[in-house]
Amino acid sequence: MSEKGTESIQSPLGKVKGLGAAHNGVTHWWHQRITAITNIPLMLWLVWSVVHIPAWTHQEFVIWLEQPVNSILMILSILSVFYHAALGCQVIVEDYFHVEWMKITKLIGIKLFFFALTVTCIFSVLKISFGV
Amino acid sequence: MAGKVERPLSPHLQVYRPQMTSVMSILHRATGFALAVGTVMVVWLLLAAASGPTAFATFTWFCNTLIGKLMLLGWSVALFYHLSNGVRHLIWDTGRMLEINQAYRAGYFVLASTVILTLLTWWFSCPYKGGIE
Repeated sequence: MSEKGTESIQSPLGKVKGLGAAHNGVTHWWHQRITAITNIPLMLWLVWSVVHIPAWTHQEFVIWLEQPVNSILMILSILSVFYHAALGCQVIVEDYFHVEWMKITKLIGIKLFFFALTVTCIFSVLKISFGV
Repeated sequence: MAGKVERPLSPHLQVYRPQMTSVMSILHRATGFALAVGTVMVVWLLLAAASGPTAFATFTWFCNTLIGKLMLLGWSVALFYHLSNGVRHLIWDTGRMLEINQAYRAGYFVLASTVILTLLTWWFSCPYKGGIE
């Protein structure tokens, strides 16, 4: 029944039924927790860094962001936070929208929305750090 | 799956007396959603900075308006609440502190932490122009 070498904690019943209601197993749950943990230091860094921005000039901000450490931490923050946000929004939609086509449309919309925001942010950071 | 059966949704909000634990639970979701919308501010900041001094000046001008400041205040409260309560959830995920009195105690800790972190953030930003004018 069970093949050697294909280690899995999944029951045979779980396999035939297709990885649970989300058809995705526990991947979503784990990714949400992992990004929750990575978000903690990244968001504390971000808040610590951005509190003075409203008083900054463009030049001051560019000088700050083009530091490699700041560029890298900003990109990591964007990836971690936007992925966590997309996962969270997905759960909200799955909980409150029960008409299948509406649910699917919203889920695709969320993924595309956060993907577009991620690309926008990372491009902006790279443009600044490699010189405007 | 082919459900036309009108099953009751849990919990029954009509007959459910709000408690600190349940209110904090829905607040976690509400602040999470608010933060997801709030990421637009980060996108605006970075896009404006990449676009040039004029776009960046528009961003900082908005941050210093009353509406901008209220949005940033709301955003910081939501962030610190979601962060603190998220730690509470992560502790629960390990199977710890699940007794009712512990859930309440951790809840009060979360509320205190939210207030303290928010005040610290605004206190640090205050000596600069971003604070109270």
